[in-house]
Amino acid sequence: MSTLLIAEHNNQSLSESTIKSATAAVQMGGDVHVLVAGAGCAAVADEAAKMAGVSKVLLADDAQYEKQLAEPIADLVVSLAGDYATIATPASTNGKNFMPRIAALLDCSQISDITAVIDANTFERPIYAGNAIQTVRTSEAKKAITVRATAFAAVEMSGSAAVEAISATANSGLSEFIGEELTKSDRPELTSAKIVVSGGRGMQSGDNFPMLEKIADKLGAAVGASRAAVDAGFVPNDYQVGQTGKVVAPDLYIAVGISGAIQHLAGMKDSKVIVAINKDEEAPIFQVADYGLVADLFNAVPELEEELGKIGL
Amino acid sequence: MKILVPVKRVVDYNVKIRVKADQTGVDLANVKMSMNPFCEIAVEEAVRLQEAGTATEIIVVSVGPTQAQETIRTALAMGADRGILVQTDEQIEPLGLAKILKGVIEEEKPDMVILGKQAIDGDNNQTGQMLAALLGWSQGTFASEIALDGDKLTVTREIDGGLQTIKLAMPAIVTADLRLNEPRYASLPNIMKAKKKPIDEKTIADYSADAAPRLEIVKVTEPAAREAGIKVETVNELVDKLKNVAGVI
Repeated sequence: MSTLLIAEHNNQSLSESTIKSATAAVQMGGDVHVLVAGAGCAAVADEAAKMAGVSKVLLADDAQYEKQLAEPIADLVVSLAGDYATIATPASTNGKNFMPRIAALLDCSQISDITAVIDANTFERPIYAGNAIQTVRTSEAKKAITVRATAFAAVEMSGSAAVEAISATANSGLSEFIGEELTKSDRPELTSAKIVVSGGRGMQSGDNFPMLEKIADKLGAAVGASRAAVDAGFVPNDYQVGQTGKVVAPDLYIAVGISGAIQHLAGMKDSKVIVAINKDEEAPIFQVADYGLVADLFNAVPELEEELGKIGL
Repeated sequence: MKILVPVKRVVDYNVKIRVKADQTGVDLANVKMSMNPFCEIAVEEAVRLQEAGTATEIIVVSVGPTQAQETIRTALAMGADRGILVQTDEQIEPLGLAKILKGVIEEEKPDMVILGKQAIDGDNNQTGQMLAALLGWSQGTFASEIALDGDKLTVTREIDGGLQTIKLAMPAIVTADLRLNEPRYASLPNIMKAKKKPIDEKTIADYSADAAPRLEIVKVTEPAAREAGIKVETVNELVDKLKNVAGVI
């Protein structure tokens, strides 16, 4: 009974969500091995080897794995799967892309987006955009798991597992990477930031988002948005927090001009402290907010920037 | 080019669902049901490909109860040509569903399958990828743009850091994300026309697919409620609470 955790990384460093998913893998019991598949990614394997509870790191370094496309990753994992009862990975867009392909090739079920490990075969996961929690048990010999990383703490980086290079499988040639447009930002990444400042439809225009960015920069926070703000074209779609966007659980979440649609709440309601600033006191966001401020954001946000300045931020 | 679009009947996205008191699931009695929003986007994309002269026939398939006919009719009213209902009252898991759809595809031989990226009830986000695996096809998931380019399909995908563009060998599986398009509302004449379009009735046995459930639902519960917070009167008070009470800044 052992687990293969497929690492998420950018060929340079391991994602925070992988380090958190390792906790879920350790909780399932048995040996935990990590697969680092990428191109020029030896440093990632060394980092993965430090995750506490990991006993071995498999390194597949080959050009075809550079972007972790589903078809080659699935073929590689299936070639390794014989030894493992569980194949796990963070429920990022990468993991969500390749994991069901792996599960179907292994003829096993996938349990998506787990938020708790009850025992090696029983898990909790949100359904209906987080409005219900399902406890699901499998009795299959193999299972595929994607982990909602924000529900788990990171493992210590105190281990020293061995790294073993493995060879690549043949490339099916079904898919080819053409390019990517990544949003560049000096701010922390949304899903791992300790503080997130998000704007909604109330921001009225993308031109008003620099107001939030100033707050974010004072707090060392990431900037997010509701689906309404993204659909209105205020900000790019990777800003979106919600069931159909990113799921975040920072220490502090500041929702500005966000009404609090179910789909948005599903993406942020596990934040430790939630602040809502909205001029509509009936807005559902206030039902989940620890601190609610009923005010026009165009007055409150500049004032917040000033007040933060006063306390030395 | 023939396109197959699987669609699912789910609780309408505007409905606030209730968990049953006996923890066996979500109360579906007398709840408004609709086509899964991501499936609507998939249907719309297929219809646009047909309007652009790329697609020649759109087949819509749903695996579900008799009432899923209504969901198929909705897709036919949007512009699909014909429907297939694989009737079952069982809850079908994604792997079982992919096996049934594989059977449909072997019979219908489409060149492309467009699905929603996930259903908003189970939130699994699995069926399209599983289907691609079972068929040995390429997959373009979470698509925000697709373009046919000779015998290849270019797919722009929504990924965590932004957008990724890949090129796929055909036939291919595409799963639709939110920004692929904005689905149309069916016009009244098209709704009337859709009533005359054919829907084939099938059973799971027709495709000899093993769709028996493998997972046991132990229970379904309400998520933990957040404790009610407080209203602050001023920004100054807010900053004071965050710094001195919550200790988060």
